[in-house]
Amino acid sequence: MRLHTSLKVAAVVAATALLASACSSGGSGDGDGKAAPSGGATPTDPAQKIELTYWTWAPGMDEVVKTWNAEHPNIHVTVNKQDGGDPAVTKLLTAIKAGSGAPDIMQAEYQKIPTLVAADALADISGDLGSDVKGDFSDGTWQSVTLGSDAVYGVPQDSGPMEFYYRADIFEKYGLKVPTTWDEYAQVATELHKKDPTAYLGTFSSGDAGWFAGLTQQAGASWWGVDGDAWSVDIDSAATQKVASFWGKLVEDGVIDNKPMYTPAWNKGLNDGTQVGWISAIWAPGVLSGNAADTQGKWKMAKLPQWNAGDDVTGNWGGSATAVTTQSKYPQYAAEFVTWLNTSAEAAKLLVSKSGLYPASLESQKTALTDPPEFFSNQTDFYTLASQISKTVNPFTYGPNVDVAYSAYNDAFGKATKAKSQQAFLDAVTTMQTTTLGDLKNSGYNVKE
Amino acid sequence: MTTTTVSAPATPSSGRAVPARASGRPAGRSAWGGTAVLLVGAAYCLLPVVWVLMASTKSASELFSSFTLAPSTHLWSNITDLSAYRDGLFWRWMLNTALYAGVGGLLSVLVSAMAGYGLAKFAFRGKSTVFNAILAGVLVPGVVLAIPQYLLLAKVGMTNTYWAVLLPSIISPYGIYLARIYAAAAVPDDVLEAARTDGAKEGRIFFSLAVPMMLPGLVTVFLFQFVAIWNNFMLPYIMLGNDKLFPLTVGLSGLLNQGATQPAMYTSVITGALLSIVPLVALFLTLQRFWQVDLAAGAVKA
Repeated sequence: MRLHTSLKVAAVVAATALLASACSSGGSGDGDGKAAPSGGATPTDPAQKIELTYWTWAPGMDEVVKTWNAEHPNIHVTVNKQDGGDPAVTKLLTAIKAGSGAPDIMQAEYQKIPTLVAADALADISGDLGSDVKGDFSDGTWQSVTLGSDAVYGVPQDSGPMEFYYRADIFEKYGLKVPTTWDEYAQVATELHKKDPTAYLGTFSSGDAGWFAGLTQQAGASWWGVDGDAWSVDIDSAATQKVASFWGKLVEDGVIDNKPMYTPAWNKGLNDGTQVGWISAIWAPGVLSGNAADTQGKWKMAKLPQWNAGDDVTGNWGGSATAVTTQSKYPQYAAEFVTWLNTSAEAAKLLVSKSGLYPASLESQKTALTDPPEFFSNQTDFYTLASQISKTVNPFTYGPNVDVAYSAYNDAFGKATKAKSQQAFLDAVTTMQTTTLGDLKNSGYNVKE
Repeated sequence: MTTTTVSAPATPSSGRAVPARASGRPAGRSAWGGTAVLLVGAAYCLLPVVWVLMASTKSASELFSSFTLAPSTHLWSNITDLSAYRDGLFWRWMLNTALYAGVGGLLSVLVSAMAGYGLAKFAFRGKSTVFNAILAGVLVPGVVLAIPQYLLLAKVGMTNTYWAVLLPSIISPYGIYLARIYAAAAVPDDVLEAARTDGAKEGRIFFSLAVPMMLPGLVTVFLFQFVAIWNNFMLPYIMLGNDKLFPLTVGLSGLLNQGATQPAMYTSVITGALLSIVPLVALFLTLQRFWQVDLAAGAVKA
């Protein structure tokens, strides 16, 4: 009995050992590649290969980088795909605090740049960039990587001007008119919900603070401000309250859904036509084709409804820059790569086709975006319209504690959407203001009230 | 778990259901009630698995539109899609997970067996202090330790390597605790003394006598640790930046969290989840027989 058992165990052990050695031999090749940057502080060979790591979550980025690597045999970039948004930032900040483990290059969402700069995570690459880089971007976009200073903390990659997406077939079926003002939007929402009680023109998502920030941006809000060397918090401005009260009313009346976006239920709504519209941004075709592939050709894109008839402004939701971290040993080479990635025509074409990004570079918007995205092949002027819209983005300043404000949004508006009351929406704005301001003061920032 | 293994000697033959019937209790209402409770429990545990199985056969659009538990025909194409993702990165994650869980589990068993045996069979100064410290360690969830471990490994430059996940997995306070309890119960002092009288060295006694006697307990420790590492998310998530080193848990989470501007890869994640439990199920089915074998009983009674 004992012999029998120990034989079996020996077999299991042997099998595991085999598996383990198979894995480690697979990993060792990689280990060699990774060893280069740490040993590279004192290059023995002038033609030594520079190794750069790049944290990003944009899909298809390794294919874009493959082109760079083929053309630059001495500067090799390795893509490490990360969880999108907040998790990657948290991980980067931990690595910065620990003193090692951060990549050379990092995808940084615009709203996170002040946080990262405050934590001393991003290198100032103004000295490593060509003088022509700035001219490639709109002033508003460039401001978000400089934070209004002389330093440059990254090169803008993509942007997310907001638009209104709607199901053209359902609009036609019920004879609805595409809203151009928010008043009309409310009317259409009411009319649609009356004609089909299961259908909604949209949803107020308590899970997407960036979306709400973009809507208030359109209304003229700017949640943070810089005054000399002091920060200010202006979340409960008249503009934010106007937006909150508008949506609070619609949710209270029950003509707009109160479920968060990006949930299975919401995806189901996109598929079965009960979500008839989506206030989103330029990258929406990618999400729609991923989550509701069968609705291809049924959607159309229009300008965001306006607060005053005749206005032409929008907000921004999403988009990011590519930054160099303070732990990089080769900031000048990293900056060279970042410039190529975000300003060259070659990379722009790849970013559009492989990663589905809307380039922030004005030149790339003209050259790389000619045909409409496949999902919107029915709307031939898609990118012509998009480029008009992208010029109308209102300015907006992000502060160093965006994460606090955003989680306050999730909490406060999570309750408000459940309560379905307009007053709760207004209270949620006040809660956000108090929480964000209090945190900024407690963190030791110079705060002006 | 210990109680199951220790009580096993009562039925040296393989049948577990036999003693219940042999005890001659009337199989009346109480048996029906028990069966019903067990059936509900089984349904509660199996329903999510059934869901994963059904959902992984659906195409992306069916996932949100067709009936939840209705199967479809896209399992194979889902698996091919997942395998094609970034040149088969998923399978690399699978191998990584096997490496972390397999090697980590074995090393953990070795350390636990040695520590548990030492604590159970030797008298030395500070023994109870050491044991109490380990007991306290059982109460500290591993998640809490992930950040300090990261900072420590960052100091020696070992984050973002296989070691970053393997090293912290080796010490398992619960495994040591279990091994100590099991060694105390399964390894008789008489046998050890007899071996010493015959002139065996301590190392030989441990590996040739104690380890075989402790085997069922060690298999338990291995399974626990294997499953714990297999399912661990927080530690590799914090430690690793290179996605080629990711285990399944972290890799699949990345497919879901693509950021608001990109569609989440639901079907790939669900198919990946299904494939990731297959090795676990296989491992349990092959190793569970060790729980029914009790070598300690043979050592003394035979």
